[in-house]
Amino acid sequence: MSEALEILAAHLELKRPDDVVSTEITFGELTVTVSPAGIVDFVEFLKTDATCKFSSLVDITAIDNPSRPERFDVVYHFLSMYQNHRIRIKTAVREDEMIASIVDVHPSANWFEREVFDMFGIIFSGHPDLRRLLTDYGFRGYPLRKDFPTTGYTEVRYDDELKRVVYEPVSLTQEYRQFDNLSPWEGAKYILPGDEKQEA
Amino acid sequence: MDGNVSDVLTGEQKIRNFNINFGPQHPAAHGVLRMVLELDGEIVERADPHIGLLHRGTEKLMESRTYLQNLPYLDRLDYVAPMNQEHAWCLAIERLAGVEVPRRASLIRVLFSEIGRVLNHLLNVTTQAMDVGALTPPLWGFEEREKLMIFYERACGARLHAAYFRPGGVHQDLPPKLIDDIETWANEFPKMIADIHTLLTENRIFKQRNADIGIISEQEILDWGYSGVMVRGSGLAWDLRRSEPYELYDEFDFKIPVGKNGDCYDRYLVRMAEMEESTKIILQAIEKLRAPEGQGDVLARGKLTPPKRGDMKTSMEALIHHFKLYTEGFKLPAGEVYAAVEAPKGEFGVYMVSDGTNKPYRAKLRAPGFLHLQSMDHVAKGHQLADVAALIGTMDIVFGEVDR
Repeated sequence: MSEALEILAAHLELKRPDDVVSTEITFGELTVTVSPAGIVDFVEFLKTDATCKFSSLVDITAIDNPSRPERFDVVYHFLSMYQNHRIRIKTAVREDEMIASIVDVHPSANWFEREVFDMFGIIFSGHPDLRRLLTDYGFRGYPLRKDFPTTGYTEVRYDDELKRVVYEPVSLTQEYRQFDNLSPWEGAKYILPGDEKQEA
Repeated sequence: MDGNVSDVLTGEQKIRNFNINFGPQHPAAHGVLRMVLELDGEIVERADPHIGLLHRGTEKLMESRTYLQNLPYLDRLDYVAPMNQEHAWCLAIERLAGVEVPRRASLIRVLFSEIGRVLNHLLNVTTQAMDVGALTPPLWGFEEREKLMIFYERACGARLHAAYFRPGGVHQDLPPKLIDDIETWANEFPKMIADIHTLLTENRIFKQRNADIGIISEQEILDWGYSGVMVRGSGLAWDLRRSEPYELYDEFDFKIPVGKNGDCYDRYLVRMAEMEESTKIILQAIEKLRAPEGQGDVLARGKLTPPKRGDMKTSMEALIHHFKLYTEGFKLPAGEVYAAVEAPKGEFGVYMVSDGTNKPYRAKLRAPGFLHLQSMDHVAKGHQLADVAALIGTMDIVFGEVDR
């Protein structure tokens, strides 16, 4: 299995040297990092090339790494039903950068790209209908970014006097409980009460 | 001639398309789907599904909980066949941690995955019949589902939200009486399928409403990323249990039913045939569970799994391990993995990114219904308004997994 993936990785590096930044096989899966500029051509190549034949798009998602200058990784998964293999394509995008939409190559990318836009605020240029998908009508913010709080900013309730649903800022009766159960003996990076005595 | 010629018709006489809202409170919408339909007479010109009414932010919540605490969220995705979703989550964790599942646990997983498939197909086939006008099939089907959910309950204590598959195996072993009862059920179930066949398969109305509706071609399968029955109904024998065998599926003898025309009626027939195949797998799994090599522990004892109850009474280390596992959880090596299973609705996948701590850095749940529903505009175009209900039924959409 991983031999076939190595051959495939070598094939991609040979045929598309300009796009491929690196290839990696981990846990029996092939990950190819490509430059964002040529993503549409590269996906088109994956679809049409006889050795690849990655005919169906499985998934598009993103990962937020706030500490990196290229903040987001956009991750594509493809499947070939004919060759029975899979591939993961990763490309790094800055927060102020756009990435080209692959809707023209894979129509099924439509909602995936809308979802990534909705959740991360990454703009896909050339997308026919880049509206929010999962969040509420009129929602603001990008929930899956790491700097977005899990509780969100607004909450809704039905107001009996106004006879309609009202939006209000979140008010918690007790603080949101975010347990950090990491073992203090195994390199947790916070200071425990009493640690200051170490200095003295 | 002066004046504008095209203005001869008054406003009222002009024919314009009619927009209606299908749902969110429509029984045939299978949940909370709001679909804006543009109709030309009774013909659908455009369908714009508005989803997200059941969006709970599962992926966001997962980032702040440990791997084990996240497991029950998977039940709440496709709540029609909960254990199949847990399976993908467990496979992803096991692949990252490099844990081998004991044989008995693997067999139990196969057994309950197939029970999940029957649960799902029973609901789908019979409610589709209800969407097109028959009331008896869902009543019969739900009776059978009830029996299966009692098996769920006897295995794990919960009828729906099981949390039974755990990283490294399954939570508890099955009592022998339960295995016997599942066998009795599996022997009787083909008669039930035959009953549904007599109700629906040759039923004139059911055929009129389903045959030649929503025909899917091979190219459309690729373009829209279909999986599961949507693929098999069109004649492609694509099944992850066969093409990328996970668990012990390569040991089992089962067929992959395929359709011929790729319409709603063929997909109904495929689902009926799959239930029969699942029953065969269930019987084989029971036989293997009773064989001597099928005995043993149901959890790969180690960091990922709790110690035995008996050990905890005598061993301090086991007690500490138990406490640490259920508070701190376990850590996974950094890396990323995509694990997919053939859920009843299609390919259900979990893409998990680990940064080496006890919580996933990012978890993406890839639901088959999401892709099926997004092609609604493409599939429904040119069909009658009444066919939209049949199309939603055949795509097997459950909003738990579409909205996440």
